[in-house]
Amino acid sequence: MPAEIQLVKPIIQRNPWVRPCLLSLVLGYIAFLIFVPVGTLFFSAFSEGAVSFFKVLCRWDVLHAFGLTFFLSVLAVLVNAVFGLIIAWVLVRHDFLGKKFLNALVDLPFAVSPVVAGYMLILLFGRTGWCHAWLQAAGIKIVFSLPGMAIATAFVSLPFVIREVMPVLQEIGLEEEQAAHTLGANGWQTFWRVTFPSIRWGLLYGITLTFARAMGEFGALFVVSGAVSGETETATLFVFRAMDERMYQEAYAVSVVLAAVSFFVLLAMEALKKRIHEEI
Amino acid sequence: MAKTNAGALSLRVTALAYLAFMLLIPLAAVLQDGFRNGAAGFLKSLLNPAAWHAFKLTLWTALLMAAINAVMGTLTAYVLVRYSFPGRSLINSFIDLPFAIPTLVTGVMLVILYGPQQALGSWLKHHWGWEIIFAPTGIILALLFVTFPLVVRTVEPLLMEIDQDQEEASRTLGASSWTTFWRVLFPAILPGVLTGTLLSFSRALGEFGSVVVVAGNIPFKSQTAAVYVWGEIESQNQQGASAMSVMLVALSFFVILLVDWFEKRRRSVHAR
Repeated sequence: MPAEIQLVKPIIQRNPWVRPCLLSLVLGYIAFLIFVPVGTLFFSAFSEGAVSFFKVLCRWDVLHAFGLTFFLSVLAVLVNAVFGLIIAWVLVRHDFLGKKFLNALVDLPFAVSPVVAGYMLILLFGRTGWCHAWLQAAGIKIVFSLPGMAIATAFVSLPFVIREVMPVLQEIGLEEEQAAHTLGANGWQTFWRVTFPSIRWGLLYGITLTFARAMGEFGALFVVSGAVSGETETATLFVFRAMDERMYQEAYAVSVVLAAVSFFVLLAMEALKKRIHEEI
Repeated sequence: MAKTNAGALSLRVTALAYLAFMLLIPLAAVLQDGFRNGAAGFLKSLLNPAAWHAFKLTLWTALLMAAINAVMGTLTAYVLVRYSFPGRSLINSFIDLPFAIPTLVTGVMLVILYGPQQALGSWLKHHWGWEIIFAPTGIILALLFVTFPLVVRTVEPLLMEIDQDQEEASRTLGASSWTTFWRVLFPAILPGVLTGTLLSFSRALGEFGSVVVVAGNIPFKSQTAAVYVWGEIESQNQQGASAMSVMLVALSFFVILLVDWFEKRRRSVHAR
């Protein structure tokens, strides 16, 4: 994670044009790329007044979609926080054959297109899939229903906790843990009293990234969910359907809420980065 | 600490089982399906004209985007680290916004701004003949937005730790600011620029949410590889979907491994 930005002033600039030119080029680019599109979205969502904006948010299918998005994101955070911690621990503290391979494998979700992530689940659990006969015998439905959507969300957001916790674990080293051990603490006590306090901000940063990624997931869910309105439709899937059916006001309103949530995620990230920076 | 007792062993088994279930088995499934008619079947599905066009479009838009991102990301990092101006730390926080915003919402924003029915979009089209939505320009814009933080955030730390003595020496010896930049500053930040650019290229190959809204699904015009995979899934052509999936995963995973290797080598040189 990047440390807080510090200022390194350039040495005497001979050409007085360099600074204003670079500054306006970069600020102009950021405005063009980020601020203008975000501003347009907010402007369009409220172009028919706040009342119609809130009316959209009170539609039952919109509320259901937000509920589902929230549920899936929290589930992904819980699963990936627990398993992510274990995996980070094992990858840093254990030594075994194939560790390097596993370490590289963790980055796979970053390389896999979301569509392909959803497609993999269809190949495994779908009608022609490897596990289909077995699943049908057990009466479990995964594709086009909640379990598949939960797995897809957990898949795309898997690396974040691992990648944020691993460097911290490496940095704090073994000394304090060994001391606790010598003083008679068992493994669990050592983890809670010694290791956990040092990794908690890194973990929380990873959780924030996991939540943001899970909340915004679209491609994998699009493929795996079937996107049935009011059943397997998340907020992003609703936006896509609304755009498709030319219900623009609805699409913009839900997009604004998603953008606002990601804005708060950003604030949380900033606060956490400062915390981590202070602790080191 | 790593005594192989029952607790440690069960942790390791849990970690391995989760990674196998989530990553290894799905990956194996798509590989097996892509090659179920052998290498010939795999190649045939990839060389199908629509598939090949989609793949080429994905490659060139991602390459062009990565090049723009390399230049603008480096300049942004430079300005944010070297110049003090009002709002500097606020703007620095906003650099990460594209990571937080759902990519589908990115697509919606661009359509609102440049769509053919919108003021700016129709003006660009009628006066300049410039189409953005449902065209490669829109794809590149969407990719630029989505990957913007990657180069900035890899170059910033390198710029912050640079030793300014060398720069000063170069200036005192009479080098122009341009020469100083190319000879002193640029070599120091080059690894960061490369890492960020490669990561944004890899990220762009599979991008779906923003691209599907901005470019639609028009074969031979604005259909990218990821959108092609989606289309093949919808039309039940599993072989086509699997072959393109394997190609995309292989290419972008290769780039990520390359970056990993490169970073490790850099760190070990650094430590020496």
